[in-house]
Order: sequence, then structure tokens, then C-alpha cells
Amino acid sequence: MVRIALVYDVARWEEKALIKAAMSRSVYIEPIHLKSIPLYIGNGLQRPLGDADIVLQRSLSHSIALESTVILESLGYRVVNNSTAIALVHDKIWTLCRLLQHRIPIPQSAVAFSEEAGRKVAENLGYPIVIKPVNGSWGRLVSLAENSEALRTIIEHRSYIPNPTFRIHLMQEFVKKPGRDIRIFVVGEEAPVAIYRVSNHWITNTARGGKAVPAPISSELEDLAIRAAKAVNAEIAGIDVFEDPRRGYIVNEVNAVPDFKNTVAVTGYDLPGKIIDYLIEQVKR
Amino acid sequence: MKAVLSIRCPICGQEVKLPDDVLPGEVVEHDCGVVLEVVIKDNAISLKPLEGVSEDWGE
Repeated sequence: MVRIALVYDVARWEEKALIKAAMSRSVYIEPIHLKSIPLYIGNGLQRPLGDADIVLQRSLSHSIALESTVILESLGYRVVNNSTAIALVHDKIWTLCRLLQHRIPIPQSAVAFSEEAGRKVAENLGYPIVIKPVNGSWGRLVSLAENSEALRTIIEHRSYIPNPTFRIHLMQEFVKKPGRDIRIFVVGEEAPVAIYRVSNHWITNTARGGKAVPAPISSELEDLAIRAAKAVNAEIAGIDVFEDPRRGYIVNEVNAVPDFKNTVAVTGYDLPGKIIDYLIEQVKR
Repeated sequence: MKAVLSIRCPICGQEVKLPDDVLPGEVVEHDCGVVLEVVIKDNAISLKPLEGVSEDWGE
């Protein structure tokens, strides 16, 4: 029998759905709450996940996901997603650079390490301009500067946040989306399901009130999503895509431990089952 | 599998029902508006307010 370990820090609907999907397939799945166990680095101690054939990483915290994956890989476990993928998507700048290297269209982006450099970026890319944290999700602390005074204020506020990464200003053109963006999911070599996130607000994350609606998947979109996942070494990913009226699809972000509750609710697609089937297939290869 | 449980919300004191397949670290939204996290220690189940998650992925 295939043995899957599901490692997590917080159990949400997604983790419970994955466990149910595994149980319905007569697969042994062991949920491992990472906050309840120590992870020893080497030194011959007992393997923390026993004889698991494969590990599904589902930690909400980027740092817990990354550090636990690195440790588990060092102990010989096959972890999905692997540490390279989690590290690359942990930082939005790294993600964008990887996407660019793989010739995947991204928003015009720049990094400024000071207000002066930020002003120059805005003069070149034009207002309004988006300023983002280099990590984090759900659209939190993503700002839109309509003019130079707003930009000055945003950068000044960021400079007082006691976290050095907030002195790194990831700035992007404001893509004129048609009141929605696309979240498309990749599992292995497939992109089986997608939603539109519809909102009157420019931040469309469902966690911020964006309404999930089933979205069709063209072959172009599917190909783009799979290439984007591969660019960051991810086997399971949620890809955020903008539809630009002039340039077509633009990949905005990649998520390596994506939420999918709303996607399953509106599409009826069995994404947890798809993920479990993929893990089983990987073990049997 | 544990039996279906009913325990008190640590914030409002009202009843919180937990599913029979409850997991440590499981997020529970209570009617009083607080988001709780399940703690299982020495086979005893309790609830605590969910700590803010500073890093996350999202949908």
C-alpha cells in the first residue's frame, strides 16, 4: 500500500479534503502536525515520518514549509513540492526572475532599495504603480501609488516596518485587468482546473473578497501554466495569471502550497483527488 | 478516530463542536467570531485562538 505523509502546520479545509481523498482511495495517509514534533537533522535518530513513500508539503507558513522540506529531503524523503520550488516561490523577485529566464511573460517589474530609486522606477513605468512585499500572499500589503506623493508615503510607511525585507520595494506596472484574474492549478503535467477571481477592486484574491467563478482553460493558458510551474520546479502549483488586453496572458505569481477550497466549491472539480492520484503515480513510477 | 467532542470556546465560553476526525492544528471558526486552533496534548483536546500566520500562500 502506498504510504503518504501529509505535513502541515495549520489544518484547513484543504488538508482535511486531501486526507479524505486518500482514504477513499485506500491509500495510507498520515497527517503530521509539524508543530507537534521535533525534526532532528541527521544524527541517526528515528526517521520522523517512518517509512512514508512520499511527503505532501502543506504548511501555510512559508518558512516552516521550506525548512521542514529541506530537513525531510536530507533524510531521504521525496517531498512534493521540493525545497527548490518552495524557496523560489518564497520570494516574489526570485519567482519573477525564474519566470523571465524561462521566457514566460511577466508584468514589467523592478526592484528599488531606496525612495530615490523607487521614484525613478515610477517615472519609467508610469503611474499608477504597484508596490509589493517580496513575500506573503492574499494580497496583503500590496499597495497602489497613483502619483509621486502616494509613492513617497507608501515607501516611508514601509521603511518603518521592522523587517528588513520591507526596505526592498518590488514595483510593478499596473496591469489593466478586465475586473478579474485567473488562478489556474497545475498538477504534474496537467493544468486541470481554473477559476476567475472577479472583483471590482484591483486586488482580486478570494481571501480579499474576489468572487470565484469557473474559468475555461485554453491550450495556450494550460501550456503557460505548466511552463510557469516547471520554471520554479513545482509539481503542484497555483498560478496567478493576468489577461492583458494588448499582450495576452501574463503570469503574476506562483503558489507552491495553494488554497483550493473556493476552486473546488465553484467548479466541483476533485482537485484533492487529483493531487492524491498524482502522488500515488509518483510512488509507483 | 475520536468521539465527537463538544468543548468550550476559550474566548466566549460557549460550546464548540469538533468533528470526529479532528486534527491537531485544525482551524475552527466559532460563532462568536474568533478563529480557534485545536491543540491535542497527551490525548487531551483544547482550543486556543489561532495565532496570526505571518507567511501564507492564499487563493
